[in-house]
Amino acid sequence: MLTFIINRMMTLAISLVVASLVIFTTIELIPGDPAAFMLGLNAEPETVAALRQELGLNGHPVERYWRWVTGMITGDFGRSYTYQVPVADLVMARLGVSLPLTVMALILTIAIALPVGMMAASKRNKPADWGVMGMTQLGIAIPNFWFAMILVLVFAIQLQWFSAGGFPGWDEGLGAGLKALVLPAIALALPQASILARVMRSAMIDVLAQDYIRTARAKGLSERQVLLRHGLRNALIPVVTILGLQFSFLIAGAIIIENVFFLPGLGRLVFQAITQRDLIVVESVVMLLVFSVIIVTFFVDLTYAWIDPRLRHSRLNKGVWS
Amino acid sequence: MMDQSPQMPPAQMPLALKLGMILTVLMAVMALISIVWTPYAVDQLNIQARLQPPFQAAHWLGTDHFGRDLLSMVMMGAQVSIAVAMVAVGIGMAVGVPLGLTAAALQGTRFDDVIMRGNDLAFAFPALVIAILITAILGPSAFNAIIAIGIFNIPVFARVARGGALTQWQLDYILAARVAGKSKTRISIEHILPNISTVLIVQGSIQFSLGILAEAGLSYVGLGAQPPIPSWGRMLAESQTMISFAPHLAIIPGVAIIITVLGLNLMGDGLRDWLDPKLTHRSRQNHRHMTERGEG
Repeated sequence: MLTFIINRMMTLAISLVVASLVIFTTIELIPGDPAAFMLGLNAEPETVAALRQELGLNGHPVERYWRWVTGMITGDFGRSYTYQVPVADLVMARLGVSLPLTVMALILTIAIALPVGMMAASKRNKPADWGVMGMTQLGIAIPNFWFAMILVLVFAIQLQWFSAGGFPGWDEGLGAGLKALVLPAIALALPQASILARVMRSAMIDVLAQDYIRTARAKGLSERQVLLRHGLRNALIPVVTILGLQFSFLIAGAIIIENVFFLPGLGRLVFQAITQRDLIVVESVVMLLVFSVIIVTFFVDLTYAWIDPRLRHSRLNKGVWS
Repeated sequence: MMDQSPQMPPAQMPLALKLGMILTVLMAVMALISIVWTPYAVDQLNIQARLQPPFQAAHWLGTDHFGRDLLSMVMMGAQVSIAVAMVAVGIGMAVGVPLGLTAAALQGTRFDDVIMRGNDLAFAFPALVIAILITAILGPSAFNAIIAIGIFNIPVFARVARGGALTQWQLDYILAARVAGKSKTRISIEHILPNISTVLIVQGSIQFSLGILAEAGLSYVGLGAQPPIPSWGRMLAESQTMISFAPHLAIIPGVAIIITVLGLNLMGDGLRDWLDPKLTHRSRQNHRHMTERGEG
């Protein structure tokens, strides 16, 4: 397992370096002077020169890349041009909304998908199964931001159970903060739960056809015991794989959903930064988003190697990037 | 002896395929008609007739806050969404499939390794993140949305093409072609490509539906088509502040997106069932969910 972990960590490190190079180079591709780009057409040459100095744009690109990367490692993301505060402070404050939102959506996705998928598999080709398949097909087709708007219409405007948007801050109490994230998390979770429920169903159907399940039934275990004790763990490998992939959907989805609910998270921050041409913020937030996807992929790899020890060896044999 | 007998699709089309085709054709026809005709011009303002509810004789789907005809805007929106998603799928296929075929033909070499590494890395960049990067440099436009979704499609098609091609390279008929002296390039184009076309078409329909969702998401946050070009995503964004007194402004474009995506998804699933009956249920599900990536 140790060799496997080292192997995966090498993959992780290479991925992060290449991702940072891609992001840095893309921002470097801006035609002309980034400082002039950020200040707009009417900027005085002196102001542009001062900003170039402030942003450290006068150095060689390799030197700037090195400064940017080493800065990020030490928690120094640079200084936001528009907010005039360190980007790290901005990002930390916004993570306080985006991270709980993504985690809540992930928990909801699992909480909905696993029981629904298992139920559909155990009632295969019966009305309950058809209902689940139909609903999940619809759930995959619904844009999450549209679903978010419908949730606002029903639960915030008509029933007035939740607020239509905004975030009171964690200072107002855990309950108030979590309540503000309920509708956004549901909107984010719906399409992902639909996909995951279908994966769970098909994985479970395969597992239920195995001989050891027949043996478990033959020795008198109840259907519930068969499903939970013997079916679930074996069906989890494809489920965990998809769940890991879904994390990037949740991150991308959260960027949009934050805009629907006017939540002060990373998504709002990056769009404001694009409008204000604050490239330092855009660069750092994008790197953070990509970093989190790569990190989650790493942990997913470790998780399913833990679930199925055979994978440790088979994946290891295929080399670092397989 | 060839170990791959040609398989004809069953005579009976699956219900999902029929339903998917009906919905897809409906939206495609609407988009095509909008090229030559819409009930009203999409930039025709009529403040006196603003916020009309649906099912009126003059405006079947009602009007927006400027009195613009919603049916006309939905029709034009279909044109934009379908065009963006279709070109993005085209980019993904045009770049991804040759990459995947080459990687498979050179399996185990450094080229294959680099392609697969690039693929793994590309999956860490959701379409929205690519769009954010591109927009930060070039500004928002439908063209940049196409590029973002297209780039995002490339690794998907490369992976699917490589996976399909690797299976084909194991088969006897390919060995026969090699013995006959055909080059790897000719084998890839003349034998492998036709034999993986089914899986590519199916993946194309999935990426098409994801492209529609991604385009709507990008337009919603202002990174897609810019005014005066109508788009479903921006119609939803504009409706947000009026949802309490004019919910039809949000419901109608949303339903248009759902019908299109549902149609394409059903068509993709149905096509897979119909064209490739060898696939087991599990592998169908996993194939779909392992390869499809990223909305928005």
